[in-house]
Amino acid sequence: MSAAQTVPSLKVSALTFQDLLFRLQAFWAARGCILQQPYDVEVGAGTMAPETFLRVLGPKPYKVGYAQPSRRPADGRYGENPNRLFKHTQFQLILKPPPVNVQELYLESLEAMGIDLKKHDLKFEEDNWEWPAGGAWGVGWQVMLDGLEITQFTYFQQCGGLDLDPICAELTYGMERIAAFLQDVDSIYDIVWARDPDTGAAVTYGDVRWGEELQFSVYNFEFAEIDKLWTHFNLYEQEAQTLLAQANALLSDEKASTKEKKRFPLLATYELALKCSHLFNLLDARGAISVTERVGVIGRIRALAVGVAKVYAQQQLLAASS
Amino acid sequence: MSDFLLEIGLEEVPARMIAGAEAELGRRVTELLTRERLLAEGIRVTTYSTPRRLAVLAKGVLARQADTEEKMTGPSWKVAFKEDAPTAAAEAFAKKAGVAVEALEKVTTLKGEYVGAMVKRAGRAAQEILVAELPKEVLALYWAKNMYWRAGKPERFVRPVRWVVALLDSSVVPLEIAGIAAGNASRGHRVLHGEAPVVIAAASEYKEALRGAHVVVDVAERRHAIRKALDAATRTVPGARWREDEPLVETVVHLTEWPTVILGNFEAEYLELPEEVLVTVMRDHQKYFAMEGADGKLAPYFLAVLNAQADAESAAIIRHGNQRVLRARFKDARFFWDFDQKTPLVERVESLKQVTFQKELGSYHWKTAQNLAVASALAIVLQSADYSFDAAALYKAVELAKTDLTTELVKEFTELQGIIGGLYARAQGLGERVALAIYEQYTPASMEDEIPVSVEGQILGLADRIQTIVAMFGIGNAPTGSKDPFALRRAANAIVKILAESELPLTLSDMLKAPGAEDANQQVAAFLRERLHFYLKDVRGFAYDVVNAVLAAGADDVRDAMARAEALTAVRGSDDFVAISVAFKRIKNILRQAEEKGFAVGSAEGVMLAAEAQQLASAAAALAPRVAELRGQRAYGEALALIATLRPAVDVFFDKVMVLDPDAAARGANLALIADVLSGFSGIADFSEMVTS
Repeated sequence: MSAAQTVPSLKVSALTFQDLLFRLQAFWAARGCILQQPYDVEVGAGTMAPETFLRVLGPKPYKVGYAQPSRRPADGRYGENPNRLFKHTQFQLILKPPPVNVQELYLESLEAMGIDLKKHDLKFEEDNWEWPAGGAWGVGWQVMLDGLEITQFTYFQQCGGLDLDPICAELTYGMERIAAFLQDVDSIYDIVWARDPDTGAAVTYGDVRWGEELQFSVYNFEFAEIDKLWTHFNLYEQEAQTLLAQANALLSDEKASTKEKKRFPLLATYELALKCSHLFNLLDARGAISVTERVGVIGRIRALAVGVAKVYAQQQLLAASS
Repeated sequence: MSDFLLEIGLEEVPARMIAGAEAELGRRVTELLTRERLLAEGIRVTTYSTPRRLAVLAKGVLARQADTEEKMTGPSWKVAFKEDAPTAAAEAFAKKAGVAVEALEKVTTLKGEYVGAMVKRAGRAAQEILVAELPKEVLALYWAKNMYWRAGKPERFVRPVRWVVALLDSSVVPLEIAGIAAGNASRGHRVLHGEAPVVIAAASEYKEALRGAHVVVDVAERRHAIRKALDAATRTVPGARWREDEPLVETVVHLTEWPTVILGNFEAEYLELPEEVLVTVMRDHQKYFAMEGADGKLAPYFLAVLNAQADAESAAIIRHGNQRVLRARFKDARFFWDFDQKTPLVERVESLKQVTFQKELGSYHWKTAQNLAVASALAIVLQSADYSFDAAALYKAVELAKTDLTTELVKEFTELQGIIGGLYARAQGLGERVALAIYEQYTPASMEDEIPVSVEGQILGLADRIQTIVAMFGIGNAPTGSKDPFALRRAANAIVKILAESELPLTLSDMLKAPGAEDANQQVAAFLRERLHFYLKDVRGFAYDVVNAVLAAGADDVRDAMARAEALTAVRGSDDFVAISVAFKRIKNILRQAEEKGFAVGSAEGVMLAAEAQQLASAAAALAPRVAELRGQRAYGEALALIATLRPAVDVFFDKVMVLDPDAAARGANLALIADVLSGFSGIADFSEMVTS
């Protein structure tokens, strides 16, 4: 019976990978969101970028979107698996506080990417999210389009171990999946990234990124020196700990001036914590973290990330009141 | 009388929580209307739900409570009226009762004459009560996981409330829930209807109004529609059947507002993958129904339940999309399967050191060693009972049981642990007994589940679970109250079930031959006994007094306890047996009294017993060896019938003999006699535990 089935061709009209991003960004920009560039330190998910992790803290409203390359060294497959990547692109959107029609807006954003919802099957299925090392969790859904998870939709409840008030909605669009779906290709590497407007010649995802997937898989699994990774981890951790201790002392010092408190480099401290998190992922991919160590190391990263979040929230309150 | 409708509009509620919440809302509304005398006789409320709404429709709601009249009694007539003129006391009472002084009446009681008044209370309007009370009921609904969304966190609920419809017939009941004022505007299907409001003109028109907006609010109707659509789609494939899966039907019922079904297919080459893997991908990951051919084997088709109304074009698009996702998942599974074969299970034992079992205890490598020790302790008991099993296969299975935790396929499909190990063991030629034991090690997963078919699988399952329980108790992780994070109760339930339903000659105390701390073992013994109690009472359905009586006489051999409980249940209603139970209770009480008073239990030897006591003594003496013999043959029904024949002797004894005779020797002899009867016939069950009315 499969021969009798007519499969409509989606390919012709489908947008390129970069057009999808343009459309998505334009859609949210038109609804008052700041468009940020992706964060330039390695992160495992868009949530970890300070535009999410730190901005969601405190009372100040914020709306931002950015396409965050997210690195998960252990997921690398040397460019051989058509569905798995070491580095994928999350379009991350934060709406703080979420508007009452946030779901309707989300559906419109799908339409903006050329998805005619009337021709598809859409479901919001329960999927709660948590990032224990960041003391962060929320409830929400995985959004399923014709059986494919295309977005993680989360109402953040806590971040850095702190209750959020107001909460925010976090929409994470899996861009490679959406593109492969719309372009109807079986391999991520066959996604058309861009098309020359004059010649119509296509540049594929594979053209742009395959070499990177291969070489980083090789590095992550074979070359990364375990001793050096540990050394880097320890150095970053020490510096972050020192800064964090200073920040705590300063913020609770009644004699210190507000100006002094506000200029303390917590953003830099957080970046050091992110470095540790990425190094942990590399060590994990190298199989260098033993069972007994694992929980302990995650605890060390948590102490930094949650520690920064707590002081940062205090610092923001200062900023708001002065 | 009016129809009352409440609809709470929500963002998509998790499918697993909807049925419970719908029922609870119906109950709360019924209770509220009943408590407030607003529900006409015999009226039941109807409930509805979809992923985006919970609704209640009550037909026969009174517009207001009936007025009530109540007689109130005040001060004595003499105080209230002096020479027929009302005093201050009368005025005060009249005011309190809300009547004019002239309306006060004289009430004559046994104590004298008093002032009385008929007090009328006007009933409150339904609308007023609903506005005041209903929001509290709604916000009190139980949810397994809650969230907050409004600034200042005024309430927690499963997902944000987005609209509320509350109508008494056609008028809006102006209540407010979570900051949302009720109106008459509902919402339709997200895509098929869009954002235009769906105005509910009257409460009774709710269901049809929503149907017009592509929402079927009646859960039973959606369930029926889904089953019919699954059947219809299946009929297009000759000889095929869809695999019945009730939990999956319930899930998709609660994921859709306008369900339809499409049939999809996949390449037949994927049928080379184990059926378990294919079905798990389809059912658990994609929520598809699997299909089988006339031969009962999986067919290369699936059924997806949509929340859409697809025409030919969109059906083709949706089918294509779903097939694409499924194909990618199958491709992954095949990749993992092939990849995993490169490192056979026997080479994976060492890498279990990298997989934590419990951080205070050790890795799965440690656990495997422990499991081996337990399994060999059990094997020794079985061998000494000449019970036949394949010891070599058992040890191999125990050694490899956990190695599938290191495979890519189990990392991807964690719910298939054990099963994958078994399939790999078979594919790697480790022998059918080894493979089957590994495959079955986690069964039964619940009390509805079957126990392992293979003896080796049963032993492995017992060893693995008792090791976990003893080790967890040893580090203070015993379950407490509702907290059982390591699912130790489920593990112990499975142990009892395997012992009850297999033929293994093992008892609960054999389980504790596992190496482990002594004090933990005592706790574990009590824990296992408690689980046996649960099994007999809640799984097997024996009455609680039967279970208590049986376990008081012995709680070690599970199948024996079950046989005794069956026999006891069969005789418990007979007159003779009830009398025996009463008598045994009496014996126990007398023996306790005797102990409290410091009366010694003497001996019947050389003491002149009363005739009735002698009769009982000889009847018991004649019966005891025959009962013992029947017990030995586990012919508990016959043994109990025999014990019941003791009744006349026992009755006469208690009728005529004063057990606690003032004479110490006679008393001691009597006590010795009844103690003998008690101990001699309590081996099957402690009859004094039986409830007799």
